[in-house]
Amino acid sequence: MTIDNSRRDFLLRSCSSLTAVWLSAHWPALLSAASHARNAAQSSASTKLEFFTPDQAKEIDAITARIIPTDETPGAHEAGVVYFIDRALMTFAVDDQKTYREGFPEMQVHTRELFPALDKFSAASPEQQDQILHSFDEHATGGRRRPRAAARGFFDTVRLHTIVAFLLDPDAGGDPNGVGWKVIGREREHMFQPPFGYYDKNYPGWQPPSPSDKAKS
Amino acid sequence: MTPEQPKYKTSDEVDFVVVGSGAAGGIIAKELSENGFRVVVLEQGPYLTEADFTHNEIKILNEDLLTNHPKLQPNTFRKTPNETAKPQRALVYGRLVGGTSVHFTANFWRLHEIDFVERTKIGPVAGTGFTDWPITYADLEPYYTKVEWEIGVSGLAGASPFDPPRSKPYPMPPLPTKASGVIFEQAARKLGWNPFPAPMAILSQPRPGRSACINCGFCLAFGCEVGAKSSSLASAIRMAEKTGRCEIRPNSYVHRIELDANSRATGAVYFDAQRNVHLQKAKAVVISANGAETPRLLLLSANKQFPNGLANSSGLVGKYLMLNSAAVSVGVFEQPLNDYKGFAVSRVLHDFYEMDPQKVGFYGGGGIDARFDITPIGFAMGGLPPGTPTWGKEFKHTLAHNFTRTMELMSHGTSLSLESNSFSLDPELKDAWGLPALRMTYKDHPDDLKLATYLNARALEILDAAGAQNKWSFPIEEQQFAVHLLGTCRMGNDPKTSVINSDHRTHDVKNLFLCDGSSLVTSGRGQPTMTIEALAFRAADRIRDLAKRGEINA
Repeated sequence: MTIDNSRRDFLLRSCSSLTAVWLSAHWPALLSAASHARNAAQSSASTKLEFFTPDQAKEIDAITARIIPTDETPGAHEAGVVYFIDRALMTFAVDDQKTYREGFPEMQVHTRELFPALDKFSAASPEQQDQILHSFDEHATGGRRRPRAAARGFFDTVRLHTIVAFLLDPDAGGDPNGVGWKVIGREREHMFQPPFGYYDKNYPGWQPPSPSDKAKS
Repeated sequence: MTPEQPKYKTSDEVDFVVVGSGAAGGIIAKELSENGFRVVVLEQGPYLTEADFTHNEIKILNEDLLTNHPKLQPNTFRKTPNETAKPQRALVYGRLVGGTSVHFTANFWRLHEIDFVERTKIGPVAGTGFTDWPITYADLEPYYTKVEWEIGVSGLAGASPFDPPRSKPYPMPPLPTKASGVIFEQAARKLGWNPFPAPMAILSQPRPGRSACINCGFCLAFGCEVGAKSSSLASAIRMAEKTGRCEIRPNSYVHRIELDANSRATGAVYFDAQRNVHLQKAKAVVISANGAETPRLLLLSANKQFPNGLANSSGLVGKYLMLNSAAVSVGVFEQPLNDYKGFAVSRVLHDFYEMDPQKVGFYGGGGIDARFDITPIGFAMGGLPPGTPTWGKEFKHTLAHNFTRTMELMSHGTSLSLESNSFSLDPELKDAWGLPALRMTYKDHPDDLKLATYLNARALEILDAAGAQNKWSFPIEEQQFAVHLLGTCRMGNDPKTSVINSDHRTHDVKNLFLCDGSSLVTSGRGQPTMTIEALAFRAADRIRDLAKRGEINA
């Protein structure tokens, strides 16, 4: 099975160095710029809004809660993702303010088109919200993804910001409660001893191949 | 920046100026200063230390804290020389004291004997610059051993039946075996192959001033905050500084090598952090700026004597670029591997290192390793199986289930050298200092893609034998992004077909030496840094001998 063309954005052009290559090559400009990330990180416990109005924050919170929903484990809402994005837009992601400003009315249009009785995204039911977001999301509708170099749309930007906020190292600027890392099973420590997982638990260490191994070759 | 460092004046003619402080530059600076020479290292990037290294994925990966910056240093790309190149980020390298060795994976394979003499053994490959090295494995062996012992490499001698001869065992045992390594080893043995503990330039035992690996899990792309990764920063640079004869001068962007009327280099011209221009005078110059920036600096240094670029009478400066072919397959298993803990790679196999082109139908060979090298955000963006939704309940569920259960198999192999693959100066685009930007021209030889496909098929067989619940591969396509920067100022005996001789001296300028990935004649099988460092130890010996005999400026 190979990855279909619509996901080529995520591929390594050269596979020679996985994370570094594809993140540096494919991360959008939206998170680039400035040396303020550290400041943002240090204030990550704050819940004071700097960019969003309270109403806007409610809408963004509702969107992030559909990107990483709350189920048996906490989601973007519990991780306070909206506050991270708010700070990001005042610091290292200041270039994305425009995308958000233009995104609010766009979101309202999408909401009204699908559900004329509704005024706000946050007023819709979770199922309705998913429908509205699908109308933004080219992957999910099977459409062709726009070239990466082009400006990233509102929903793609919120999606990326949500993932970054949820999974950034809690001790290096991410959610101080480490909700995202708990969800994916990444222990918060930065120092580990083997065995690391299930398969290396009783591993005796490297041994020369046994004669029976050799017979197979 | 230690108190032992001297502070040389730019007008003070030091013995050597070394351009670049990475894998090669660090070692050359160490060796020459330990031999009594006065050395200035000019590094374009900042001097960061362990205290500056963070696990913040935004800063490291997106803001390019450790690497060349696409806004300051844009570049262009095209596939073939008859196209107009377009702006497109096409390469990444470490831009700080220690260079790319600060953030590398630290796979430290030696080349094998075959790599130096393969052209003679299998014959020519039509349309390529495939040729033998002017030196052999035996010439380099003592220096591989030096790298292992002085810089710090962990591994297990004799574990691979394909290993070339060695004069000493590794100085320290292999790193722990990750779950991915255990899975890989058991499955590969079922298939009759010979997996072995990965030789890694990461300490399994502490050394003075350096910790053993603490398995933090932020390794590839990140700087090591405990000095366990054997970067030039953590090893050679510190040793050079201890001599009291070597000055490391960061934020110094060299953009011209100055020549006198007799075609002798007189020093290096650079911008400091405030963009003031200086000339550091020196009796001889060593360029170790990497396989992209070394040829660029030679081309930028064109003058009346060398209108096509310094030391470029062959016309080959920047040409024969090789990136190493590569492929990645991914497997998901029933139980947690927790492979995010630790360094990237713990097992490798070299059963396909040397293959007969008559039998397989293409030239090439390589190795396959078991690894996990993606940090959490990267994993969420690119580590999930194809077809997984990119948001919502199923996205979250798959992310939460797979993060601890995923491993990668990475295949690494040869690239054939093609004259049309190159780094050159872009005729239009400029960097932030107003200098012509790098232009990369690259199109894989069809055999490189056949090799990657072949190795990847073996990797998928391993995942099958291991009982992976789900597996997939990234498509194998022509590369447009460079990490390994090899072959662009190749070594050879004939000044018409090479840029440097086997002493790393340019054929055209007697007191100008080049040593880094650009020196390689063939690509090896995918892990070049060990060889770059062995070449650097050897080059330093040759340069020292020439200097002591008074022959550098003779």
